[in-house]
Amino acid sequence: MYTIAVVDYGMGNLHSVAKALERVAVAQRVQVTYDPDELLRADKVVFPGVGGIGYCMGELERLGIDEAVREVANTKPLLGICVGMQSMLEHSEENDGHDALGLFKGRVKRFEDGLRDPETNDRLKVPQMGWNKVAIKQDHALWEGIQNGTRFYFVHSYYVTPDDQSIVQATAQYPHEYCAALGKDNVFATQFHPEKSADAGLQLLSNFCAWNP
Amino acid sequence: MGLAKRIIPCLDVDNGRVVKGVKFLGLRDAGDPVEVARRYNDQGADEVCILDITASSDDRATMVEVVQAVASQVFIPLTVGGGIRECADVRRMLNAGADKVSINTAAVNNPEFVREASGRFGNQCIVVAIDAKRVNKKKEAPRWEIFTHGGRKKTGLDAIEWAAKMAEYGAGELLVTSMDRDGTREGFDNELMQEIARVVNIPIIASGGVGKLDDLADGVEIGGADAVLAASIFHFGEHTVGEAKQCMKNRKIEVRL
Repeated sequence: MYTIAVVDYGMGNLHSVAKALERVAVAQRVQVTYDPDELLRADKVVFPGVGGIGYCMGELERLGIDEAVREVANTKPLLGICVGMQSMLEHSEENDGHDALGLFKGRVKRFEDGLRDPETNDRLKVPQMGWNKVAIKQDHALWEGIQNGTRFYFVHSYYVTPDDQSIVQATAQYPHEYCAALGKDNVFATQFHPEKSADAGLQLLSNFCAWNP
Repeated sequence: MGLAKRIIPCLDVDNGRVVKGVKFLGLRDAGDPVEVARRYNDQGADEVCILDITASSDDRATMVEVVQAVASQVFIPLTVGGGIRECADVRRMLNAGADKVSINTAAVNNPEFVREASGRFGNQCIVVAIDAKRVNKKKEAPRWEIFTHGGRKKTGLDAIEWAAKMAEYGAGELLVTSMDRDGTREGFDNELMQEIARVVNIPIIASGGVGKLDDLADGVEIGGADAVLAASIFHFGEHTVGEAKQCMKNRKIEVRL
């Protein structure tokens, strides 16, 4: 039996993530944990997140799981979600600027104030909250059974800008194009919440459960 | 542009059952929360909102069980409100599977709570619910005040100023209910929505008064809402969420189909 560990650092909707994984993980155990050893022992790791990056990084460091997540990123399938994804970059503008894990080169930026929809001229709210279209940029095992242009659920004020464009797996528009998913080797990460994206989200999580990079 | 306007069926829950009243009174049973939520999920609802409309502590424990049960079967965003008074309540509901909590009375009693909760849990999961009622006399300029305790208690707070203050305190979203329209089926108070949309830059959910599908589209087109919430028109089988989305699409509003 495989074990999928969900990183628990006291924040966010990780129970939603665990419940969605339990729904799709066939013959796999889903474990919510903040124990670095358990993360290292698990076969796959999901790194969810909502909330501020400063608090998130602080808790990762306090619990000693920042090193475990770095180690996991080098050794086994890792799925980052939302702030989990943002934590993978070098630096975020959030909380007056904060360093992150630096698994990928690049920064996390805030949606500018006063953005408008170029077609309707409607003001675009920050946070972006709702279902946006995801444009798939390259083939990947995690997109199996998911159509280009499918809507996923986003809730965020910040977005990632990786230096290496070749790791961008999908984009969305708000109103400019930004990175909605990235992936390299055994790491994949989404700005949207697959655990809250109905059937398409469950499909992506199911693909992660089946993934053997 | 891609972001869709959201349709959010609302489940008022009393003692573990979905109920629906008129102007917050006269409750009618509308089913089991899990079954109702799953039906809306299957119809393509963009989120589900569950409001605990009772105040006794016994029912609070029931509410946690309801949220857990819904969250383990329905994989779309879940907002939970009613009786959220301190960070421990927020934590409890997030742990039960809620994605956002809606704060109403506690925000009025202690606005700092909104700041504290959004700092601790992130503003994306803090919804401030505003129950507003028109208080101007005829021929006067429109003015709304905030009411709490399910609409029973007047606060003297101006609704528009309050909305701006709550956004500034870290609310991630506002759930704006017109007390005058709730349960009347006359449509949203779009003037109220417009006034609030003018002063904040966070998403607004329009609530209170939906009687027909075009009311939902009006909330977006006229009221400027980012999401629209309704209960009765969905609960008793009059309309499906899918029909509501088709109506909005026909009016050129971007929806998730």
